[in-house]
Amino acid sequence: MNFTDDISIVLAGEAGQGIASIEKIVVSLVKNAHMHIFATKEYMSRVRGGVNSTSIRIASERVSAYTQRIDILIPLTGETTTHLAKRISKRTVIIGEKNDRYPGIIDVPFSDIAREAGNSLYANTVAAGMCAGLLSIDESILERTIRASFHGKDEHVVSANVAAGAKGYAAGRELSKTIRISIKPDSSVADDIILSGTDAIAVGAVAGGCNFVSAYPMTPSSGVLTALAGLSKTNDIIVEQIEDEVGALNMVLGAWYAGARAMTTTSGGGFALMTEAVSLAGMIESPAVILVSQRPGPATGLPTRTEQGDLDLVLHAGHGEFPRIILAPGDTAEAYELSRTAFDLADRYQVPVFILSDQYLVDTYYNIPKPDTARTPSSCVLRTDSSYRRFALTKSGISPRGIPGYGEGIVRVDSDEHDEDGRITEDLDVRNDTVQKRLSKFKAMKKDELPAVLIGPKKHSTLIVGWGSTKEMVREALTGIDDGKTAYLHCPQIFPFPVTAKRIIDAAKKFVVIEGNATGQFASLIHRETGRRADDAVLKYNGLPFSVEEVMASIQRVTKKRGKR
Amino acid sequence: MSYKKENIDIAWCPGCGNYPIRDMLDSALGELSIDRKNFVMVSGIGQAAKSPQYMDVHYFNCLHGRALPPATAIKAANPSLTVVVESGDGDMYGEGGNHFIHTIRRNPNITVIVHDNMIYGLTKGQASPTTMKSMVTPVQVNGVFNEPFNPLAVAISLDCSFVARANAGDKEETKEMFKRAIAHQGFALVDVFQACVSFNKVNTFKWYKDNTYYLEGHDTSDRIAAFRRSLETERLPLGVFYQHEKPVFEAELSCYRTDKRPLFQRTATAERIDAILDGYRGG
Repeated sequence: MNFTDDISIVLAGEAGQGIASIEKIVVSLVKNAHMHIFATKEYMSRVRGGVNSTSIRIASERVSAYTQRIDILIPLTGETTTHLAKRISKRTVIIGEKNDRYPGIIDVPFSDIAREAGNSLYANTVAAGMCAGLLSIDESILERTIRASFHGKDEHVVSANVAAGAKGYAAGRELSKTIRISIKPDSSVADDIILSGTDAIAVGAVAGGCNFVSAYPMTPSSGVLTALAGLSKTNDIIVEQIEDEVGALNMVLGAWYAGARAMTTTSGGGFALMTEAVSLAGMIESPAVILVSQRPGPATGLPTRTEQGDLDLVLHAGHGEFPRIILAPGDTAEAYELSRTAFDLADRYQVPVFILSDQYLVDTYYNIPKPDTARTPSSCVLRTDSSYRRFALTKSGISPRGIPGYGEGIVRVDSDEHDEDGRITEDLDVRNDTVQKRLSKFKAMKKDELPAVLIGPKKHSTLIVGWGSTKEMVREALTGIDDGKTAYLHCPQIFPFPVTAKRIIDAAKKFVVIEGNATGQFASLIHRETGRRADDAVLKYNGLPFSVEEVMASIQRVTKKRGKR
Repeated sequence: MSYKKENIDIAWCPGCGNYPIRDMLDSALGELSIDRKNFVMVSGIGQAAKSPQYMDVHYFNCLHGRALPPATAIKAANPSLTVVVESGDGDMYGEGGNHFIHTIRRNPNITVIVHDNMIYGLTKGQASPTTMKSMVTPVQVNGVFNEPFNPLAVAISLDCSFVARANAGDKEETKEMFKRAIAHQGFALVDVFQACVSFNKVNTFKWYKDNTYYLEGHDTSDRIAAFRRSLETERLPLGVFYQHEKPVFEAELSCYRTDKRPLFQRTATAERIDAILDGYRGG
């Protein structure tokens, strides 16, 4: 068996069995060996039992997409093949402890080997060592990685794990005589960072000047809350876990009012409770940054799975009419950048800005070049004078934003309709002015529109349009198909719908949407904004992300059909 | 110096208890020499929640029941601000009940004045969480039978750091309670009995006069005694029930341990972000 330049290894087992510990060592190992790495996980909403899996790709060039294919499956105890049946092929090599459930398994007795090394508990380290051997990674890198992974533990634990890793390594070398894997190291990996979608959003927020977080935990958004809490001590961030999502966003608005740069993190169900405060942000023209990390609904839905089903919710949340911005990162580097940008956009236009992510994106990571950190946050807060009026009518619709305690002015904001001073009014002429003032920001916001990104040929016969985390799967699928006539349009800014996207869609011969939902929510938005209905749609809503293979098959299917123009 | 906004059209009924509460807050602020530039009022929705409109101060008039989360955030983002929340019984104890419980637990250094008239005024006379049993309203047509909410007992049970009850009819005593509440370090609750002249024909100014008395010889540091007194219903005690200073929310925040500047005076630097990102080199 030969695997060249790209291999997909899947670890599968029950929750709590230690998939994460093998994954951690393998990822570090591969990074230290300067090979490109990608990992994503799918898991059940339970603490013990069931079947969870982590898919790891190791490659000679950058990899950033989920593939369905499994080259090597390493099952821990428990039945995993039924759960993964659709991904296992005749080519899949299964390596693990001998087990009647897997007739063709290549027997590597991890526990027995670990026992020889000192303790059967170190079976996971044996498995990681075996991977190093299979990948022909230098044994000294394995030892260094294991030592780093167990840093801070008792020396006898560390050395026993090193011994377990070495025994696993020997088994891996033995296997490599028949399972030949050839991955070329790339020295550029050394300087790369490994950032998950979760980390990217959290660190991007800090780079955007985030210094206040108020949130209620909800999968799959809690990782960002946890990451920001972890960064809070060294970066002067106030992180408060509040009693409910209703309070969370209201707290965020209070924080901005007093000069903080605040965000909340949630998923669809939690966000549903925040909608009144979205409307309040619209009325008091408050900045806000809201992370909505999507999972399948309705209601509790599939708590740990992925979907792009809350675009309509985020687009329409909140009573009344007011502007908002919706950003949807397509990869981890973009997640960092959009999270950073969200704070400046919110501050500049005094509108709620959404970061629309999903479980797949937040739980996926791979090596990327370190983002540019030169752009630091620029605050629009103004020192007021005694003539200050918080909602002064201006041409752009944007009133300079003062805060209490900074300057001579008095800063009043009101959820009721209000005049330029922020006082309640029932003057219906004033009402006309303020509605127009708020909505006129749509025009001003065009200046900072994040352009849509075209991947593939400028002249194309089929234009695939999508958003969010689907991007990297489509990119790899297009590279695989390489037909020279299909392109992908990715929209990092979903709303206001970008003019750049409209132009490209207007000119497309045939356009097809790809979305992780059942009703084509982005297609509806495009129809509303361009008047054009999608010629076809590729939709997925079973809770798993699109795979490269599925996207390839879908593109081949839709490009064969004739377009309407 | 007055903190009131003069010569304005006020939406309250003539004779409403909201007027004396405004006057007493104004006097209390003046006697405490509160700096207007660093004073913020936060309110929810309802007739009481309109109070900031009639003051010449910074204010954040938010949504129904939601005054406490923003008030907590305002104080946390800039601890040098004095923050007073003013709202009604429906807003604070009904719609905002969950925030009421958890903000007491959080203990930000803010003052919460609740206009408690035992009725919904702005929506025209429905029962509030504090409406007494058997009162007939346009919605509770068979008379109220839910147990009335006891804000003082709830607050004391949560070890709220300052708990008082006042009567809008007693100007001097109420003003003094406001002063003590604002000066107190921690979450300070003042529940103020107040007549609704339009919609509550039972709990009138006279009713409050006849059915209340001031606590005397009560030890405000004795939580059990405070709790016992808060349960009295025959005649309702007024005064400070309980006072217990403990660390306030803002002081617990690590960002203020060594640096007292409010958040708006700080900024993220490229060096900091670089350092964070370098931590993700892995391997």
